[in-house]
Amino acid sequence: MTNACLYFQVHQPFRIAKYTLFDIGKHTRYFDEQKNKEIMQKIAGKCYLPANHIIKELIHKHPDFKVTYSITGTAIEQFQKYAPAVLRSFKELADTGKVEFLTETSHHSLSSLNNKEEFTTQVKQHQKLIKEHFGQKPKIFRNTELVYNNEIAKTAKELGFKAILAEGWDGILGWRSPNYVYKAKDAKIRLLLKNYKLSDDVAFRFSNKQWSQWPLTAEKYADWIAPIMGDSVNLFMDYETFGEHQWHDTGIFNFLKHLPKALAKHNISFQHPSELLKIEPKEELDVPNTISWADVERDTSAWLGNKMQEAAHTKAYELRKDVLASGDQELIEKWRKLTTSDHFYYMCTKWFSDGDVHKYFNPYDTPYECFINYMNILQDIADRVEAKPGLFDSIKKWIR
Amino acid sequence: MSKLKVLMFGWEFPPYKSGGLGTACYGLTKALAKQNCEITFVMPVTPEGATAKFVKLIGAANISKNVKIKTIDSPLKAYMTSTSYEEEYHVWGNSKKKQVYGRDLYQEVQRYSALAKHVAKTEPHDIIHAHDWMTYQAGINAKKVSKKPLVVHLHATEFDRTADNPDARISHIEWQGLQEADKIITNSNFSKQNIIKHYKIPAEKIEVVHWGIDDTPVMNYVPIKKDKMVLFLGRVTVQKGPDYFVEVAKKVLQYEPKTKFVIVGDGDMLPKIINKTAELGITDKVIFTGALSGDDVHKAFQTADLYVMPSVSEPFGLVALESLKNGTPILISKTSGVSEIVRNALKADFWDINEMTNKIVSVLRHNALQEELKEQGTKEVQKYNLDEPAKKIMEVYKKLK
Repeated sequence: MTNACLYFQVHQPFRIAKYTLFDIGKHTRYFDEQKNKEIMQKIAGKCYLPANHIIKELIHKHPDFKVTYSITGTAIEQFQKYAPAVLRSFKELADTGKVEFLTETSHHSLSSLNNKEEFTTQVKQHQKLIKEHFGQKPKIFRNTELVYNNEIAKTAKELGFKAILAEGWDGILGWRSPNYVYKAKDAKIRLLLKNYKLSDDVAFRFSNKQWSQWPLTAEKYADWIAPIMGDSVNLFMDYETFGEHQWHDTGIFNFLKHLPKALAKHNISFQHPSELLKIEPKEELDVPNTISWADVERDTSAWLGNKMQEAAHTKAYELRKDVLASGDQELIEKWRKLTTSDHFYYMCTKWFSDGDVHKYFNPYDTPYECFINYMNILQDIADRVEAKPGLFDSIKKWIR
Repeated sequence: MSKLKVLMFGWEFPPYKSGGLGTACYGLTKALAKQNCEITFVMPVTPEGATAKFVKLIGAANISKNVKIKTIDSPLKAYMTSTSYEEEYHVWGNSKKKQVYGRDLYQEVQRYSALAKHVAKTEPHDIIHAHDWMTYQAGINAKKVSKKPLVVHLHATEFDRTADNPDARISHIEWQGLQEADKIITNSNFSKQNIIKHYKIPAEKIEVVHWGIDDTPVMNYVPIKKDKMVLFLGRVTVQKGPDYFVEVAKKVLQYEPKTKFVIVGDGDMLPKIINKTAELGITDKVIFTGALSGDDVHKAFQTADLYVMPSVSEPFGLVALESLKNGTPILISKTSGVSEIVRNALKADFWDINEMTNKIVSVLRHNALQEELKEQGTKEVQKYNLDEPAKKIMEVYKKLK
């Protein structure tokens, strides 16, 4: 007997524009506004709005239905710019009191792996955003792509979080079950693990007709959860699963609609991650090597697995000090948008040769195109901050 | 099951060749011989007694017991394609001689075609397969004699070779061959669309068989060099876009002045290109090597940091695969057959000087980009061997038989 914890990840990156050698030094229009607008509005119509509508109905219909979101800062900014109705509907959901929000990095970055200072800044920025829009101060941390290791847990603890999310991968669990609350190694912070088998049944396999369990109904799914022993079955997935990754005609929305009732039949109720804080952790889990929720490898190779990705990521963070020193707020924000993990994902060559379709929409023809644009942009930023180191500081002094 | 007998009409065969057609025929017959089929390869030969030597050199047995080389006694040299004809035409630069020469070429094509009837009578076969326009009439004639199905294989059209300024006599022969064929094979969708557009051939008559590369390993060369090097390798003709290459060189040098550009190949545009580098003031940055062969080709590739193929119209572009096999990243024209299959490559429109410059400069500046393209490209090119195309062509044969 257990409870279910539903958490959805909401994220959209600011995809970069075609930025050539000849743009360097000319302008800072690094992001493809048109494309970002189109994609946001498309996904708002296919996923965010209809899914929010269903969640709202479920909250009204089922008194114990609860849901958790993590919405990135870049997604919130895109809602404001391109789809304000989506932000309004999330606020309405927040007002029901049945929705919990998590904290992550504002820009969905991989700063946890590179730069603790930047990581801290982005976490604090995100906390501020969530407070501002949804009136909550999350106690629980969710890192980009569930990137996790012992060090990250320690940092999250230092930043005041009570729990952190991670992939309930066999590689760290061994024989243990992901459905219990654990504790991080050498840090007083709880570890909430994703039940990846059950989560991925919905997120990845739902519409796969070759899958032996197809079609998946809410009733069947509830039957699978019912016999599970543990503190909580953590069903973590991208919110875009609903209507975008799994299209409307696969029946994914119906599945969501029927899930609470189907679980109720087995007396399984919903809980928020914060409710798991009262549970005493089962054991300490040692995760010295970084894990994530991506691919069969569950490592960071989707973002930092090849030479281009390494070079681009390293170069971006090398610029940080100078960018911040410039005092140019607009440029700093643009630079932060470049730390979003998706840019590095688009440079991935792992599946590219086989012509496999990425999980995500890839806006570039090839990983190489993405790299070229990205590096040209970094060159432009480097030239700008080099041309006026601390210029803003001296102007400020002079004005004073 | 008895072996399928193919009567194949070609124009050149290694080591006696001027372009990709000889390499293609060599690779194809070698791979087809692994399938259950027996090939008689017919080609014109030189009159100076090179015949016997040439056949020996190829030695049917060297490829496989399943390929027989049959030569037709004709005064033509094996490399006499329309392009080499045009090269001569320009070198001579004399209208009177040009005519004489032209008459000879067409006469020789006619003679080759006439002799084909005789071959068709004496050589038993189930299928006739003809490569490019010079052999189409031979294929048609053979079909008249034996009533066997004719496969016409289009490696390049007259429109490709001349950048859309076709010689009407050649394009007429080409059209006729495509009309008479029972099936047409092209090396790319690009070519398929081209002949639908120019010759109004029904799409269902055309089978696309993407080409592959011989899988024998290449020699390893450790280049000694100071500066980064960008390579052009191919015939220096309008089809291959060497003029775009030097324009790009000029622009790249504004950003990366230490770069060297190497042009490997001969062709009718060579004097023009040499003049152009002078006009652009980059003669000290552009090196002309002339045509190279054998291991020198591999050395050229392996010395280069990037191979650029700015072809105006490239039905396939085998040389791009050769570059990848040598571990050299490629920047290829979007109007090429090879760009339909290769994913780990940089691509641009041949006329887009800025975009090519953007990409070349990126490769020169970022080792990570060059290394990743090299690593992935070397891996990917292993997929494009000749067994797949041979299997597809066997399927075409079987359906016709």
